[in-house]
Amino acid sequence: MTQALEGFLQALSAGLLIGAVYGLMCVGLGLIFGVMRVINFAHGDFMMLGMYAAFYLFTALGIQTTFGNVVGPFVAILLAGPVLAVFGYAIHLALISRVSGTRTSSLEGEGHYAQLILTLGIALILQNGGLIVFGSVLASIRTPLSSSAWELGPFFDISVFVNKARGIDAVVAFAMMTLLTLLITRSRIGKSLRAAADNPTAATYMGIDVDRAHRIAFALGTGITAIAGGLLATNYPFHPFVGVDYVIVMYAGVVLGGMGSIIGAFWGGMTIGLVQQMSTLILPTQLQNAAIFVVFLLIIFFRPQGFFGRMVERT
Amino acid sequence: MRGWRSLLPILVFTVLYAAVSLSVTNSYYQLVMTLVPVWAVFGLSWNLLSGYTGLISFGHAAFFGVGAYAVALGQIYFDLSPWILIPIAAMLGGAAGLLIGFPTFRLQGHYFALAMLAYPLAILYVFEWLGFQEITLPIKRDNPIAYMQFADPRLYTLLALAMMLGTILLTRAIERSRFGMALLAIKQNEAAAEAAGINTLAWKLRAISMSGTIAGAIGGFYAVVLLVVTPQSVFGMLVSAQALTVAMFGGVGTVWGPVIGSVILIPLAETLNAEAGSRLPGIQGVIFGLAIVCVILVAPEGLFWKVRDFLRKRSAPAMATPPNAPDLASAAVPATPLPFRPERSRGIGRGTGRGTGDVVLEVRNLSRSFGGLKAVQDVSFKLRRNEILGIIGPNGAGKTTLFNLLNGFLRPGTGEILLDGRDMSGRKPHELCEAGIGRTFQIMRPFQRMSISDNVMVGAYVRSRTDAEARQLAADAIARVGLSEIADRIAGQLTTKELRLMELARALAGQPRVLLLDETLAGLGHDEANEVVAVIQRLARDGMTIAVIEHTMQAMVRLVDSFLVLDHGAVIVEGEPEAVTRDSRVIEAYLGKKWVAHAPH
Repeated sequence: MTQALEGFLQALSAGLLIGAVYGLMCVGLGLIFGVMRVINFAHGDFMMLGMYAAFYLFTALGIQTTFGNVVGPFVAILLAGPVLAVFGYAIHLALISRVSGTRTSSLEGEGHYAQLILTLGIALILQNGGLIVFGSVLASIRTPLSSSAWELGPFFDISVFVNKARGIDAVVAFAMMTLLTLLITRSRIGKSLRAAADNPTAATYMGIDVDRAHRIAFALGTGITAIAGGLLATNYPFHPFVGVDYVIVMYAGVVLGGMGSIIGAFWGGMTIGLVQQMSTLILPTQLQNAAIFVVFLLIIFFRPQGFFGRMVERT
Repeated sequence: MRGWRSLLPILVFTVLYAAVSLSVTNSYYQLVMTLVPVWAVFGLSWNLLSGYTGLISFGHAAFFGVGAYAVALGQIYFDLSPWILIPIAAMLGGAAGLLIGFPTFRLQGHYFALAMLAYPLAILYVFEWLGFQEITLPIKRDNPIAYMQFADPRLYTLLALAMMLGTILLTRAIERSRFGMALLAIKQNEAAAEAAGINTLAWKLRAISMSGTIAGAIGGFYAVVLLVVTPQSVFGMLVSAQALTVAMFGGVGTVWGPVIGSVILIPLAETLNAEAGSRLPGIQGVIFGLAIVCVILVAPEGLFWKVRDFLRKRSAPAMATPPNAPDLASAAVPATPLPFRPERSRGIGRGTGRGTGDVVLEVRNLSRSFGGLKAVQDVSFKLRRNEILGIIGPNGAGKTTLFNLLNGFLRPGTGEILLDGRDMSGRKPHELCEAGIGRTFQIMRPFQRMSISDNVMVGAYVRSRTDAEARQLAADAIARVGLSEIADRIAGQLTTKELRLMELARALAGQPRVLLLDETLAGLGHDEANEVVAVIQRLARDGMTIAVIEHTMQAMVRLVDSFLVLDHGAVIVEGEPEAVTRDSRVIEAYLGKKWVAHAPH
């Protein structure tokens, strides 16, 4: 009995901590999806790039030697954000903007098909290009914190162990989330993003450059997800194809949270993290990812309105 | 005859390909020669669903993998021959299509694509967990032919070619039938297709199960050719992407597309993989990725269409449509001039009609709310044969919602819709269309890339068994609205008036008992509106029963027998035009309280 309870609490705490990072990851995608209504299939692969960026910043570019093994990884992870934001900005400028934003009116289905397929192409290039550049060996950003834990308790003979790296990951995730919320609600950029999301046409009339707002959202979303990826990498080894698994987690979170809602995406991601960790109590670990896919399917079947935003089409 | 001639290029291509493949001696290139038609077939399977319906599937690997594993496991555990297993794989693929399609077709656009992505990936993990990481097909030395194991690999190429030819012929047959027409209509405007009497779910299920059947068969064949099956190689994302890539690259919605894409991309990727695969392990995926990106940016519909447009443009000057074409169009309707007949609505001859004809459509206490908003509340009315009912009311009064309830786009919350005495509430749009409710749309929903004839023909299928019959019905309907002279023109090039008339014809082609017209005059100039009004009046004279939503009161007063005035979802007044236009409640609803005092009494 005590053991079962302990296992449950352990899974719960792991779920909450992973969930916070998943939440941040989903927010990155949610921002892009909410502002631009573009489905970015390559987002998981952007995150993969973020993981490698943090990895190389840490190991090859001297952050390890400057900041040491404990603080160093987190510095590298936070720096990977801006690096990937620039990458996202460039990708939007060169490719995505051609099939989205103000140019979509001329395309069939408002360019949705073009967007889906274009980002699928980008995903394939990044995954397989990653394989060429980074190789298929598993990489990870190890810190001494990854293999040590804080013990909470014992309360009534039950103690829960919290992995230190995961704990700090969750704190960083919450901090980033707070910063982002402030940026979106308080700043001028945030206002232009919200206006562009709400009604692109009206925003244009009000003098907001919608395409620029989209570019900022795309860069910001990419950077945020890259940071979340770096945080995950402190605990999970990664490889060039890791994006496919996470992109489903991201969409599950965004759908669950209701599209267009930044905070919703965060809680959506949190829920997915919890589901994933709790599923280990009853399912074999190999089926963890299958469980996420099933949850994802259930969500789009039973809560698609969160996704649609506006359900009723005018006739 | 024309059908056979158009098959000639396909047959020539197949024979040439077979001849080339027989001359290849290097065993690796022989394998590549086999893989080209294999991926072409897989691309054709994808094209059958996604190319024609526009529902992009990112999960075709699900069907492919099911087929591959069925053949591999069937041979290992039951010692069956692929000659039997491939048809079984096809059936399983078809069943998987139905199983996946039935729930997933509730989703639209990218939600469908996302859901489709999840299926093969979920199955992939399950197969890994089941311990099927790598399945090798047993070699049968004593009776290789019976197990489809040929000493000469060129036989695989011929077999693959035969499957490709079969798939192409099947696709062609579908393309030219009402099946293909229904899928195209769904692609261009699903709601309109449904309202025109197309059972969209049934057609989409047929398409996905047929697509799954082909994918399952070719997946099974792929297992036989490669002899090794792993979850990644048959359920992986690259597999789904490959189907989509060859089809998109070559051209969507044509049998040539996947074939062209496969012939160019597969040898390219395979050769690079063989030459540089050890140093650049993902080069194949990069090539496919680049191919997709380039296609989207340069030729969003694929090579086939790009080349065809280019060739058409070169030969265009010879047969360019004259610039005076619009004149012809506007001349079409006045060709049968019809005087306005204000007397028809409320005068001689109608006195007997109004109030005494059979009730065709009866609505009782119909209500529907969205959350807290009562869009339609407790609406009741009767529509008699040959009557024209005008439905008016301010914006947001619930007029279009009422139509959406009547044609089945929305399910009523409460209330009944009786068509000839039968309760039809809650039925699907295509069922209501079949029962006799035709409609047009406030925001027009043409099938943009189809000609007027084809657009209208889609509406005629609901009343016809054969294509010839449908063509006849369509031609009649087009003649009734006066568009016969431009019937071959593509909907995308029409003026608003012509589109309005075309939608009218599409609704007429299904020979409705009741015609619902939603702001048919919106966006038309004064003269154009008069032309359309004349057409509607002619329909009424010929015995059609019509309910029409319209804001232009001048036109309405001339047109209708009685009015139904809605405000905030409820009927405020019902009655003859003279009475209604003087009613203080109507004036208040339209203009506000202070105008009531100015109203003539």
